[in-house]
Amino acid sequence: MGSNLIDDLFIFMLACFIGFEVIRHVSPLLHTPLMSLTNALDAIAVVGAIVLVGERKSTFATVLGVIAIVAATSNVVGGFFITDRMLKMFKSSRPTKP
Amino acid sequence: MNEFAGSQYVIEAIYLIASALFILSLKWMSSPTTARHGIWAGEIGMVLAIAGTLLHHGIVDWKWIAVGLVLGSGIGIPLGMVQMTAVPQRTALSHAFGALCVTLVGTAEFYLRTPNVPKFMMSVLSMEVILGGLTFTGSLMAAGKLQEILPQRPITYKGQNLVNFLLFSVAVGSAVYLVLHPEAKQFFPLIVGVSLIFGVLLVIPIGGADMPTVISLLNSYAGLSAAAMGFVLDNKLLIIAGALDGSSGLILSVIMSKAMNRSFTNVLFGAFGQVQAAAAGGQEAKPVHSATAEESAAILAAANKVVIVPGYGMAVAQAQHKVRELYDILSKKGVEVRFAIHPVAGRMPGHMNVLLAEADIPYDRLIEMDEINGDFPQTDVALVIGANDVTNPAARTDAASPIYGMPILDVDKAHTVMVIKRSLSPGFAGIDNPLYYLDNTLMLFGDAKQFVGAIVRELSGGH
Repeated sequence: MGSNLIDDLFIFMLACFIGFEVIRHVSPLLHTPLMSLTNALDAIAVVGAIVLVGERKSTFATVLGVIAIVAATSNVVGGFFITDRMLKMFKSSRPTKP
Repeated sequence: MNEFAGSQYVIEAIYLIASALFILSLKWMSSPTTARHGIWAGEIGMVLAIAGTLLHHGIVDWKWIAVGLVLGSGIGIPLGMVQMTAVPQRTALSHAFGALCVTLVGTAEFYLRTPNVPKFMMSVLSMEVILGGLTFTGSLMAAGKLQEILPQRPITYKGQNLVNFLLFSVAVGSAVYLVLHPEAKQFFPLIVGVSLIFGVLLVIPIGGADMPTVISLLNSYAGLSAAAMGFVLDNKLLIIAGALDGSSGLILSVIMSKAMNRSFTNVLFGAFGQVQAAAAGGQEAKPVHSATAEESAAILAAANKVVIVPGYGMAVAQAQHKVRELYDILSKKGVEVRFAIHPVAGRMPGHMNVLLAEADIPYDRLIEMDEINGDFPQTDVALVIGANDVTNPAARTDAASPIYGMPILDVDKAHTVMVIKRSLSPGFAGIDNPLYYLDNTLMLFGDAKQFVGAIVRELSGGH
């Protein structure tokens, strides 16, 4: 448990730095799809809920877990869908400029 | 936990690949040309991770998992189909869902393990449910305000900062007590309940104009709560995804705050947007120059360089498609048309860009404030549609103004300024705009969609 905790802290720290570096370079043009994308990725929390529901350790946990799966899956499906829709809309004028 | 080490390694390997794909996904979002690859990377990572998790040895029954996945998809698809004008509230709602998932899992995990919860785990679990709880209700409030189900004007009362501080202290204090006394599990509902209330009270005093900052902050909190969940479940993929989401939201919040020249604490705790009593009295006496669609069309047609400044009002009036027609017809006449995008225009970061992209306006015509501000003195016409505070020169000159110091678009430096507005009433900041009374400013009174439509008709009807 102890070494896992330290490993996890290292990973969290590194991930934060990577996050800052990568996001800094995202064009302001794309800030809205960025937010819906990060939200969709964040819904990976569904895996925690999946294990919770799958293990069937208690009715309380299962009920909460199923609601959690519903909420997170909605973000995954809806988030990728809407981000893709938005990105499809971005077109450059260069090929067709009069 | 690790009876079947083999399948555990497989799952960890899958999570490793998924983590790399998530990072690549965000990296590819840096430009519109690579962005769609980013979606693919994210989707593949997500599917891999979920499929991999289903291999988890502890899972005895897939039935309810399947039910959840199907129901979730059923809700997610219609939410993914909303119009671009509804994206801010949809985003706020998705933050609420994300936080809900995290809070529920945290709660379930607590009750499964109590009272055998080690100190560190209890600490991160508390962070998970406190952040998750306040983000859940806070985001619901934000979504309600954006959807205009809740009043957009800030709801304030005396001593609210003290109340908020007390609530937060109760939540944190109970968490500390529970860490030190794991058997005191009755404190847990208190922690969650107080966090939920705190979330509501945190967001209701925030006005529409500050929504971009608040949504970004809530995005960050949702991510951080997921990272905390990753610590609780010892799931590195979750820690990474949560950290990426958290830092993304944080960066956006900083950008939004700087663009409004206000600090976070000011946004959260200094209710902005109460209409100043003085403003209502003063403005009736001052004259403005106004113009008709015919006159505006003539001026626009004669111009060489036009900059259109879109604001949230344009989206409310659903005028973006008419604006596109205007762009087309002016471009055909050889006029250079560009769009000046202020960072906090709209109700969330980058909102204006998607609204205009939805209307098929090419993205290379959308120029950020910092890049385009220097060009206004050489601009023949600056056409302001549905934007107010971001064009207000008082931010430069009037130290008493609540928006003093906020970076603005220097439209008053253009040769001619045309402002389409329904009336002279104050915008979300509740303050008057001296731009409207300048000599080179023409007010075009009317609904944005109708007025722009009329200008387009004039331009096509003529030579």
